[in-house]
Amino acid sequence: MDGPLLQLRGIGKNFGPVQALSGIDLDIPAGQVTALVGDNGAGKSTLIKTISGIWEPSHGEIIWQGQRAHFKTPRDATDAGIATVYQDLALCDNLDIVQNMLLGHEVRHGLLLDEVTMETTAKQTLSDLRVTTVRNIRQTVGSLSGGQRQAVAVAKAVMLDAKLVIMDEPTAALGVSQTALVLDLIGRLARRGIGVMLISHNLVDVFQVADRLAVLYLGGLVSTGPVSEYDTASAVDLMTTGASRRTGQADNGARIPDSGREG
Amino acid sequence: MTGQTTAPPPAPAEATPSEEEPTGRLARLARLQALQIIIVLAVIVIAFAVIKPGSFLTVFNIRGIVQDTSILAVLGVGMTLVIVTGGIDLSVGSVLVFSAVVADKAMAAMGGQGWGAALVGALVAVACGLGWGLVNGILIARAKVPPLIVTLGTLGMALGLAEVITGGVDLRDVPTVMVNTVGFGNIVWQIPTLAVIAAVIIAIGIVLLHRTRFGLHTYALGSNPEAGRRSGLNVPRHLVMVYALSGLLAGFAGWLNLAFFQSTTIGGQSTTNLSVIAGTVIGGTSLFGGYGSILGTTIGLFIPSTLQNGFVIIGIQPFWQQVVVGAVLIAAVYVDQQRRAAALRGGGKPRMSGLLNRMTSMSQATPARE
Repeated sequence: MDGPLLQLRGIGKNFGPVQALSGIDLDIPAGQVTALVGDNGAGKSTLIKTISGIWEPSHGEIIWQGQRAHFKTPRDATDAGIATVYQDLALCDNLDIVQNMLLGHEVRHGLLLDEVTMETTAKQTLSDLRVTTVRNIRQTVGSLSGGQRQAVAVAKAVMLDAKLVIMDEPTAALGVSQTALVLDLIGRLARRGIGVMLISHNLVDVFQVADRLAVLYLGGLVSTGPVSEYDTASAVDLMTTGASRRTGQADNGARIPDSGREG
Repeated sequence: MTGQTTAPPPAPAEATPSEEEPTGRLARLARLQALQIIIVLAVIVIAFAVIKPGSFLTVFNIRGIVQDTSILAVLGVGMTLVIVTGGIDLSVGSVLVFSAVVADKAMAAMGGQGWGAALVGALVAVACGLGWGLVNGILIARAKVPPLIVTLGTLGMALGLAEVITGGVDLRDVPTVMVNTVGFGNIVWQIPTLAVIAAVIIAIGIVLLHRTRFGLHTYALGSNPEAGRRSGLNVPRHLVMVYALSGLLAGFAGWLNLAFFQSTTIGGQSTTNLSVIAGTVIGGTSLFGGYGSILGTTIGLFIPSTLQNGFVIIGIQPFWQQVVVGAVLIAAVYVDQQRRAAALRGGGKPRMSGLLNRMTSMSQATPARE
């Protein structure tokens, strides 16, 4: 993989006089999980909305697969291969798994829906992701557990050939076993060569699944590096104060030389 | 259930497409609700049949009930689509009258009692209905005025304009061929042409709602418009199309109504909208959007007309029909709300799916939501 999948250069975002983001330089590599952490109001949501085309950055540029990109609408970002799975998932409870996954990308046979092909496509994607807990893909999504719903939302994103999947607090509403399911799924995405950007409050989850860490504090990126360079204490320091005595430095901590996680 | 994610055999355990109809659960849900309402209708029919076997269960009488229901059923197809999106269309009765009035004027201007005038009338009626439907849809989807208000407004406007055009006096310029075939004719034996036309429209509606992309999007919007938007659907355009279709069908119903009554029935359609909405809701379509079926609506519409007919035959004042239908309507919405509440509480399956599972013996184990 030559060069990172997504490069952010000097990204800033103002809402009137309020500066929500400033000077964000961040590389998101393919095939790795980059966790974006920060306290409430640090700018995590603003940053992912900027990447996913909900709004354009006020400053800086987004370089997608080596080329400058302007995502004016979420559709632009999706078409480019950036899929965002929001916390609310945006699934239709009354539709079944297949219908949800192919909503907006239906396969037709003449005027009618080609249900067989749609079902095969959905099933293939789910089995590629080893989502084995769903017993019947004709179940309505309203009948699924939280982890299964998350899996369906991710599978929907992946099915559309996403190269980067941004996940906003995917485990926030889940119990222990469901969280394990989702974290496992995230790891599998990365192993398939997809870049994953994970927004999470839960440092336990982050340390379990992430390859890289990026810490936001008051709208600025205070630290980024392989996850092995951090521990829970230093990450918490960075998230709450913007610096950490324990890591010794606040910026670009490529500090531990024997880190084996670089990749 | 969870966690054994390392097991390589990837096939979801029982996710075989063995179901004969892949629309699966949604269709089954609709079918189940249709089944319940068929039972209610059957009970009513059996009751009347037992009380007055000689006069209720005659071909002539059944034919009358079917004919009475046909025009409402055409409106019911559009109404079901509208209510599945979570909207409402109060204007159907007025649009029916307006379209009938303009069609009548057009046919009178053409003159003649033949098919030429009748077909022109049909086209004019459909175009008028489509126009009102587009007005409804654009105001609802683009100007974001609530459907209740928009269609209440066009209810008044369409009826008012119909009265302006006619001076409030019903027009009766209906070609005889149209009356004799569409209005009163039978296609074969004792099967009314009107009912066959309605059945064709119902069949097209069922395919549209349950088998096409249009139908899938309609269900999606009724459940979660935001999901539709993020999936790339053009939500406003779809809504406009749904209301336009409802208007178009109301226009066509205006033409059928002309054929049947040989009159524009200006004063006679004030509660048509409510009858259609009641039938739709009784038939299992949820006023909250997302669930419903056209078959259910059609059966739901038979309940008021059967009651009306039966009460006359057994000698009860037919006014009781309104009382009974009102009660059935409230009961239907109550049941719908209970299902929704149960779904929210249990976090489990929406609606009757516990029962549904037992009946269809699928998805034996679904974990409770965390």
